Order: sequence, then C-alpha cells, then structure tokens
Amino acid sequence: MDWGFIFERTMSAMIGPEAMVFALAAIGLNVHFGYAGLLNFGQVGFLAAGAYGLGMTVYWLDLNFWLGIPFGILYALVLALILGIPTLRLRADYLAIVTIAASESIRLFVRWRGNSDITGASQGINEFARPFYDLNPFVNGQFYSLGPFKYLGRDVWVLMVGWTIVMLSLLVVWQIMRSPWGRALRAIREDEDAARALGKNAYVYKVQALMIGGVIGALAGMLQVIQKSSVQPDTFNPVITFTIWAILILGGPGRVWSPVVGSMIYWSLIVFIENVLRGLPSGARDTLENTVRLSDINISQLRFMLVGLGLLLLARFRPQGIFGSREEMALDDR
Amino acid sequence: MLRVCRWLVVLLTVGLVIDTGVVSAQDEEQSVFGTLTYTDPETNDRVPVEGGLITVEGVGSAPSEADGSFRIGLPEPGEYVVSIDPEGLPEGVFLDDPDRAVLTVNVQEGGNQIVLFRLTVLDEADRGSTSGGITGRRVAQLTAEGLKQGLYLAMAAIGLSMIFGTTGLTNFAHAELVTFGMLGTYFFNFYGLAGVIGFLAPLPPPFGDGMNLVFAAVFGMLAGGTLGWAINRFIFRGARRSGVSLLAQMLMTIGLSILLRYIFLYVFRGGPRTFGQFTAQRAVKIGPIELTPKDMIAMSLAIIILILVGVFLQLTRTGKAMRAVSDNRELAESTGINVERVISTVWVSGAALAALGGTFFGLTQIRWDFGFRNLLLLFAAVVLGGLGTAYGALLGALIVGLAINLSTIVIDAELKNMVALLVMVVILLVRPQGILGRPERIG
Repeated sequence: MDWGFIFERTMSAMIGPEAMVFALAAIGLNVHFGYAGLLNFGQVGFLAAGAYGLGMTVYWLDLNFWLGIPFGILYALVLALILGIPTLRLRADYLAIVTIAASESIRLFVRWRGNSDITGASQGINEFARPFYDLNPFVNGQFYSLGPFKYLGRDVWVLMVGWTIVMLSLLVVWQIMRSPWGRALRAIREDEDAARALGKNAYVYKVQALMIGGVIGALAGMLQVIQKSSVQPDTFNPVITFTIWAILILGGPGRVWSPVVGSMIYWSLIVFIENVLRGLPSGARDTLENTVRLSDINISQLRFMLVGLGLLLLARFRPQGIFGSREEMALDDR
Repeated sequence: MLRVCRWLVVLLTVGLVIDTGVVSAQDEEQSVFGTLTYTDPETNDRVPVEGGLITVEGVGSAPSEADGSFRIGLPEPGEYVVSIDPEGLPEGVFLDDPDRAVLTVNVQEGGNQIVLFRLTVLDEADRGSTSGGITGRRVAQLTAEGLKQGLYLAMAAIGLSMIFGTTGLTNFAHAELVTFGMLGTYFFNFYGLAGVIGFLAPLPPPFGDGMNLVFAAVFGMLAGGTLGWAINRFIFRGARRSGVSLLAQMLMTIGLSILLRYIFLYVFRGGPRTFGQFTAQRAVKIGPIELTPKDMIAMSLAIIILILVGVFLQLTRTGKAMRAVSDNRELAESTGINVERVISTVWVSGAALAALGGTFFGLTQIRWDFGFRNLLLLFAAVVLGGLGTAYGALLGALIVGLAINLSTIVIDAELKNMVALLVMVVILLVRPQGILGRPERIG
C-alpha cells in the first residue's frame, strides 16, 4: 500500500473543492438550523437554485455569465419565500417535510424533458463557465503542488475564490449573529413564546433566516457547478442535503467555524477510507470481495452508509457535535 | 443497544450474501427474453409483432419472431441495457410509456431475465401523454390507476401517521420499510426460507429454493414487522428513555433511512427487477377500465386489509388503546395503558402494513430506492389527511393517488409527482392540520 499517495489524497481532499462546497452549504444550513432552529431538509434545493441561476442565464437567457450570480441569488430568495410562507407558522416538522419534498420536486422539474430549452433537461448544461476560467492566473491543465496538497491549475483558481467566499460568509454569519437581529433569532430558537411576548415577530425572523441561509447555499451550488463546468440535475438529490446535515452535526450546530471543520473532517475521512480500501493488496481485496462482496462499485456506496450511520449515531449520542455546547444546542423542540 | 442493532445489520447483510452465493454456484447460459404483442382495440385480440428490433448494449441485437418472442443470449451475468427501436414497430403501434424504450436489467448467473416492452395502439390524435384530451375512457382508466396507487400508498401511510400519533416522531425512514417489504418478498420468492436458515436449502419449496409469491408476500410482511419492532426496540425506545429530543430523533430516522437504503443497494444492486410469478399478465377489460388480474386481486386485498385495520382500531382493546395514546399520551398513561407496549404494537403493525404495501407496489417493479422515490407521496398523503390520524392517512392517500394520476390529463406524466407537493402546500396554507386533524396538533 502506498501510504504517501493516500496521505496526499487525504490532505488534498481536506481543503479540496468538495470540502469547500459542502462547507459553504453547511454554513447556510447552520444559519437555518444552528441559529434559527429551522429544520431545512431541502438545502440541496438552494444549491440547485444557485447552480441553475448560473447555468440558465447563459444557456437559456443567453446573457453574460456574471449576470448569473444575481439571478441565482434571486432564485434562492424566491425559493425561501415559497418554502417559508406556508410552513414557518407551523410546527418544525412541517418545514422539514415540505423542504424535502420541494427539493426533490425541483430536481424532477429541471430534468423534465419539456424544459430542455431552459434547463437542458436530463442532459444538463455544459460549457458555461468559461468567463470564470478566463480570469485564471494559473494554467488550467497543469498540476500545482505545495507539500501534500496537489491540484490542477483550474482547481487552484476555484479553491482560491471558493475559500475566500467561505471566509467572507463566516465573517458575515459571525457579525449578524452578534447583532441584535442575531440575538433575537437565537432567543426565538430557545423560546419562541417568550420572544413573541417581548414583541419580536418570530415568523418574520424565521423567514429572513431561511433566506440568508438559502443564499449561502446558492453560492455553494454556484461554486459546485463552476468547478465541474457542468450543471447536472441528478447531482442535486436529497442525499446531498443529508451529507450537509451530517457535516453540520459533526462540527456542531450554532458555532461559526463548525461547518468548515465538519466538512474538512468528513471529506478527509471519506477519501482516506476509500483510498485505503482501494489500495489494499489484491489478496485482501479478493477476500473482501468473496465474503462481503466489496467490489470497486460498492466502495463508493460505503460513503453513504457511513453518512447514514454517522447521522444516526451523532443525533443519538452527540447532537452538539465536536464544538457545540449541549446546553445551547440540545436540538430541542420546545 | 446500538451495538446490537449494528450486529443485526451485519447479520442481515451476511445472511443475504451467503445465500446469493449458493445460487451463483450454478453455471448456465443466461439470456434476456420477452414477447412483443399488443391488443387490437377492435377485436380485443393479442397480436404478436414480428421484426421488432431489440438491442442489448455491448452484446448484439435480434428481431422478434413471428409469434412476437425474442431471446438474446448473454455471455455473463450482470447489468445490461436493453432497448427497443420504436421506429421498427408496425404502423399505429407505440410503446405504452415512451420513456421505457431503454431498460436496465440485472441478469443473474444462469438467469433468464424477462424484459417487458408494453405496446399499445394509439390513434395519431392520442399520441403523447398529454395530448390525449379528456375522454371518458381515459378518465375512468386514470381513476382506476389512481385508486390502485392510493390504496397501496394508504397501507404505508397509516403506519407513518400512527407512529407520529403515538410518539410524535416524523419517521423519514418509513419509505425504507416499504422498500424492505418489496425486497423481502422478492428474496423469499427466489430463495425461500433457506435464504434465512441455511440448512433448509436441500428441502423442496417453500423451504428451500424459492416459494410462491403469495407465501413470499406473507413472509415479507413478517420480515417487515420484525424490522419495525427491531427499529423501535433497539433504536428509538432507548432514545425516548434517555430523553433524546424529537428533533434529534427525526435526524436519527434520516440517518437510518440513508443507511438502510444503501444497504439495500449494496445487497440487491441497482436496476429494476420483477417477482418470479405474475410478471407478464395481460390486462383484463372491465367496462372502460383495463387492469391486470394481479392488480385487481392486490387492490381487493388492500381494501379488505384496510377495512380490517379500521375494525381493529375501532373495536379491539389494543386498537382503542392506540387511538387513546394518539389522542393524549399522558391521559392514556394515567388510565393504566402500557404506552410503550402500544408504541411497539404500532411500529410492528405499521411496518408490516408498509411492507405489504411495498409488495403490492412491487408487482409492477422492484427497485432498491422505490420507497424513497415515493417519500413525497407518502408525506403528502399523511399531511393532507392530518398527521397522527389513521383514517386521515387513508383518505389522504386515496386523494393523492387520484390527484396525481388524474393530473396527467393536463400535465406531463413525468411531472405528476410534483402535484403531490402542490397538494401539500395548498393544504398547509388553507387547513394546516389536514382534513381530519384537529387544530391543536400543529402547535
């Protein structure tokens, strides 16, 4: 087994494009769940809103790539309003049910063949991100490495821009959560009746939180499709949402840094396990294949089993994750 | 406690692995086969299609014979993409569902996998799924289909609603219980009891070597009930006792759902499958409606079972206790009802019903992610009827089934599941407690 190679892969994954996209998506979810206590089970719908905001602007409206960013943000805001208005007056699980249903409906709708002129249907949208890479100071196809970190030039550029956006989002979240608005939001999460008795309109605060977290999620979706240079409807499936949830709970909801740390741990862990299994000597591989049918295809399915098991165990035994405090984040529902 | 359930999972996986191993020991030629026929709308006869071109990607293609049959031999087991050339069909004959011109099938070692391309005769005006217009016949047919889907859905939805009623938990893993029933029945159908207890293998069916689908369905239902019991006993009872909040429990059901779903995929692989019996049945005409006999029997069974559930809830002591706990847990407890026992009963019966519903759905197609694909419908049904009410779930499921099928008159069939979301959002805006729910439930 080539441990040097596995180490390099693991370290590169820790701050790689996936870790970055999921960190940003989890920051958005942290605003929803960590600070506002909203059970958004459809974060992937916001990612899709951002992704299709970019893609459709180029493909359907035939406009400049950069105009796609405001469009993506607009779609996310509209989505937050549509989801929030009927549900946020009700108990928490209604939002959960409606968001998971809506995110899956978005996927069905964009891949509908009747939309092929607008969203590219199941083919998706390709080759739209050229203006982004035109600004790349690195050579797109060349590998760059620094210590154990090794990426293609195009990914170096995506990572630089992406992590900058992650940091800015952290800064924004940190600032608004210390503001009076953020304190009121947390008060609503802790005791909605008390906050309402003090004259705070809990409903409006919750809708606003849903919109802010949704926009951050949309930015994550944009970064994802820029990195892939392609918008594919089936990448926006509900398992992504729950991977983001696992990352958030792992880090600890309600803490500024925890989504980033959770994402780094998650991706380095997954890549480490997969590479170790793939790198096993062929004798051990054969044994595994004959006893538990662990083939090359199955290895990538293990990741989802781990997400499921991890979510189950974390929610049961350590809902505050690594950094959260149990008192503040008892995952309580009034 | 969790260690126990992890062991259960491991045992389950290992059990299934060993059994598929037994079967794959045989070494035979495998193939895909089928028959191309359509019903002549005037004479009502089955007409075979000669010369329809079937292609297996990477293997080759063959035209159908004079009796409509085709068979293509395959070099090795695995997943194959089988397609039909829609252009090569006779004038006026089309695929029933144009999306199913390309199918993925999973062929086992030595297996002969049937491939179904359903053909229909359409007038030029009827072509396309939305341009058919509103004819009385179409509405009647879609109503029957909607009723069918609604009945099967109701079997799954009742358990979901009752679990919410008794414990307050929204069980996102309930859809996986539906899939489990479907896959469990498939498993017993093909491997028999020997699938679970290895030494029975040399015995004749139903002990070794597969059993009839009817028996398999019963065992699938038992397996579903057992899984429901185990989930409650080993996962959620402990969580309730140590005061894990409902939100955390909801996240646990999400985790469980993903875990189970990918175990299904790991064990059963992707690709759609069908049961060993009653696969290629001809639809029978009753007035304006066409239904296969298997669906008619399953629908009648579903009606009988749902009536029995109603009688059980209304008349028996346990049923009354269930409704009492649903209504008000504290009050029920103080009158001496053993709440934990009621919850356990709810899980077992809810999961068993979901499993049987899964088997009924499986008569059409079996998929590892079937339940999850229909999660939206399940929740729409329960929210529409009112979370926590058994009869509401039944009513909601029937309405959702009818609504999504009838909606295909005006919208593309590919989008019909979105109607369920629409129904859900509208009911939440107009009457958030659902049709039969009471306002205090929504908090």
